[in-house]
Amino acid sequence: MESSILTFLIFLPVAGAALMLPFSKLYGKENTHYFKWIALITTGIQFALALILYRKFDPALSVTESPFTVQIDWIKHFNIQYFLGVDGLSMPMVLLTALLSFICILASWKIEKQALGYFSLFLLLDAGMMGVFLALDFFLFYVFWEVMLLPMYFLIGIWGGPQRMYAAIKFFLYTLFGSVFMLLAMLALYYYSDPHTFNLITLIQTASSIDASIWGFSVKYLIWIGLFIGFAIKVPIFPFHTWLPLAHVEAPTAISVILAGVLLKMGTYGLLRISYPLLPGEVVNFSYILAVLGVINIIWGAVNAIAQIDMKKMVAYSSVSHMGYVLLGMAAAISESSAGAQAGMNGAVMQMFNHGTITAMLFLLVGMVYDRAHHRWIIFPRDYEKPELAGQPGFGGIGAQVPIYTGFVALAFFAGLGLPALSGFISEAMCFIGGFSAFRTLTIIGTLGILLNAIYFLRAYQRIFLGPLNETYKDLTDINKIELATIVPLAIITLVLGVYPAPLLNMIAPAMDGIIQIVQSAL
Amino acid sequence: MSNLYSLNYYIPELIIICSILLVIVLDVIPSLSRYTFYIALSSIVLAGGVLWNNYGVTDSLFMGMISIDPFSHFFKFIFLLTTFSIILVSRYEKLLDRTYAAEYNAMLLIVLLGLFLMASSTNLIMIYLSIELVSIPSYILAGMLKTDKESNEASLKYVIFGSFASGLMLFGLSILYGITGTTDIMGMNTALTGLEYPLTIYLPIILLLVGFGYKISMVPFHFWTPDVYEGAPTPITAFLSVAPKAAGIAILIRIFYTMFTQDGSVSQTLPLAEINWPAIIAVGSAITMTLGNVLAVQQQDVKRMLAYSSISHVGFMLMAFAILGPEAVRAVMLYLFIYLFMNLSAFYMTIYASNNFNAHHVEDWKGIGKKNPVLAAFMTLSLLSLTGLPPTAGFVGKFYVFAELFKHQQFYWLAIVAILNSVISLYYYFSIVKSMYLVESEDVDEVVEAHPVIKWSIIIFSAQNILFFLYWEPLFGLIEKSISLWGG
Repeated sequence: MESSILTFLIFLPVAGAALMLPFSKLYGKENTHYFKWIALITTGIQFALALILYRKFDPALSVTESPFTVQIDWIKHFNIQYFLGVDGLSMPMVLLTALLSFICILASWKIEKQALGYFSLFLLLDAGMMGVFLALDFFLFYVFWEVMLLPMYFLIGIWGGPQRMYAAIKFFLYTLFGSVFMLLAMLALYYYSDPHTFNLITLIQTASSIDASIWGFSVKYLIWIGLFIGFAIKVPIFPFHTWLPLAHVEAPTAISVILAGVLLKMGTYGLLRISYPLLPGEVVNFSYILAVLGVINIIWGAVNAIAQIDMKKMVAYSSVSHMGYVLLGMAAAISESSAGAQAGMNGAVMQMFNHGTITAMLFLLVGMVYDRAHHRWIIFPRDYEKPELAGQPGFGGIGAQVPIYTGFVALAFFAGLGLPALSGFISEAMCFIGGFSAFRTLTIIGTLGILLNAIYFLRAYQRIFLGPLNETYKDLTDINKIELATIVPLAIITLVLGVYPAPLLNMIAPAMDGIIQIVQSAL
Repeated sequence: MSNLYSLNYYIPELIIICSILLVIVLDVIPSLSRYTFYIALSSIVLAGGVLWNNYGVTDSLFMGMISIDPFSHFFKFIFLLTTFSIILVSRYEKLLDRTYAAEYNAMLLIVLLGLFLMASSTNLIMIYLSIELVSIPSYILAGMLKTDKESNEASLKYVIFGSFASGLMLFGLSILYGITGTTDIMGMNTALTGLEYPLTIYLPIILLLVGFGYKISMVPFHFWTPDVYEGAPTPITAFLSVAPKAAGIAILIRIFYTMFTQDGSVSQTLPLAEINWPAIIAVGSAITMTLGNVLAVQQQDVKRMLAYSSISHVGFMLMAFAILGPEAVRAVMLYLFIYLFMNLSAFYMTIYASNNFNAHHVEDWKGIGKKNPVLAAFMTLSLLSLTGLPPTAGFVGKFYVFAELFKHQQFYWLAIVAILNSVISLYYYFSIVKSMYLVESEDVDEVVEAHPVIKWSIIIFSAQNILFFLYWEPLFGLIEKSISLWGG
């Protein structure tokens, strides 16, 4: 049981998707509730498995010692293995993926258009995401990384907003562009390391001894660049972020949640899983640039978010900003003070988890108001199709009309701007503490981001919920039960981790210590 | 081996010859003419069975004219599979005139015979004859839609380009004979060793490259490809995009490896070592794949798009060719084998689209995702495979080719050109997917079933793309056995 739990986590959704086909034949495609229930039950079991895994998971054990590790030969000729394992870095991501997948199925309950396609693709996407976080063989990792693209293309392209086709292909092309460079880096790692292997654990030892150069650059440097392009596009790191606002805005609510909550984390996860342990020397050389990019992300994302009048776009840019904290925290791995390095790295992974839950709340809440009002403008644009509304506030004073909804929005917004006692604060603070110990000036600039975040969140809150009620919305209904079920778990996590982050921190810390040790040894 | 004794190993070819004659003769007997289709198919199955029985035998037949070895067997299986499937599907292509079905099948069988000989020839004269045996019926097949102007144009263009290329190649072959005094390619290897004036060898090599480059539509000898592919009946286009290309690659490998290398590596004593041939092929490969891809982006006609895409795939195969050595040959063969499945299934889908919706342009494909969700899903799989994304076999093919470059630590610039090309190719392949699924169509969403033969052809060929991704080791083992010829 213990060694098969990881396999179940990945392939259960595939089985669920396959199960939908006989149901569609038996009961017809119109009976969408069958597909919804199958998807809900599958992701429910997956989440339960993830919780069981979390209960049994011992962060002190390394991947090679862990009872969950699976290692089976797949293609012997290339030494490719079906190699899955879980450690302190992947555990929070697995929990996040399972939780958000379950919640997103609930959040998609109203989908009626081609429900069979939607839910089966969603489950395939779920399998791909889970696979990325569990794979410890680079080839397998790459396969799962790419497998996600196709369902995502369809989910944005078929069920998205008005510009969905453009957004879908842009997302696909951008990510593919990044991942083909990753493919080359992967092959270079394979052939330059001795013995040739895709095993990410073995490569930790062998990759650092690569000593060759191509075109006058060291191979390790080029591998780092290749991997970095692949991961940076996913994070997304400025200037590779332009696919993000479009994809997030056009995607249906649940898919935006997955995009921001899980997919963005894959970029930083990849950096921590592959680039950091395998190429510590390059990490040391590159960390200053990483910190600079992180700070640019923080400021650029926040400034852009301030300029947005579309709520969803604002939240999308806030993701760019929040991922900047992760980068800053990660760059601190080279800090001379070990406490600083630990704070930075642990903060980075915690921020990945916390941002996943907070941004999921934000997108879900935006989706709820969009479902009711059929728009999500904070202020209608000047060239709006109805000229009498152009330039007018989109909402106003709905706080008293929908009090429960407003309460959750307040919680999510405050968590987003990093209010103490909410989870976002702890991880952001840790990222800054780490960053400060390594890059003083940069971090001081970066802290401006907190202020900028507060500007757009508070301003949006004020414009939408406070003041006199906009008469158009006097019939606005409050949050319903299904919506409540999607928001409450996330809100609880945000609150609990805000005052008691120990469960998350204890899970992450040993794994991060290992990575810090590798990086520090290359200083 | 003596001529008479050679016949023992020549049975597959003899079966095909008999069935060609039988098909032609039976066609004139009205009561029996409808059996020609079955005769053609069963002869292919029979030939395949005999071939399987002979698999692994290495020998030289007809006093050194052709050789049988696992290498040629591998390619012969590709030809048999392609021809079988094409004959089967052609029967249900609505644009083809059924009156000429027997001629059409006989012609395809003649091409098949030529392809068999192409993969086996070890003599310059035999090489030339086999290429012509493939080409001449192909010209006719391309013009099979007699009343269709585009088909006529395709046939004419094909004849002109084809005869010009084979003329040049014949010229090259005669110079080669003049230099070495032999037509046997093994003998040439010996004769060329230590040749004092290497300059004289370049001209015939370049002329040979023109001939083969034309056959596999390598840039700059590709100009015929889009027009012929667009005009020819779709099953013939599918056939041309796989079988003669495979044969061209086979003969290219055989000639270059037998004539100019020793034990799979470039021998320093041979004139080939003087010039950096790998670099020339690498540049050719980069230009081929880039041009094919960039031009494919602008295409609106699906067949024409697939024609350009097939050019770019040749570029990918040549990429491994730039690395001399048995391992690179393995990568090419793997790529080719996988390419067969993804390309044929994509072409069969265009037959479905043209049969049922009269759809030839990308935008005409809109709504197919709803009208036939199963086939559209498999088409997406094939397109994904053509792009080279996991989890499909196309990724495995590309992976091996890239791996060759990295293994030999050469041509990294080519690897970068190639990966950027796969990103470009995503754009046009997915314009079809977009049309099938994403574009809203006003039509009623009633399922439009394909003819079972076409349906299952698409499904079976397309499904291989998943199968060979999940477990490609046996396939690779087969290929490895097939090139033991060069001590791989």
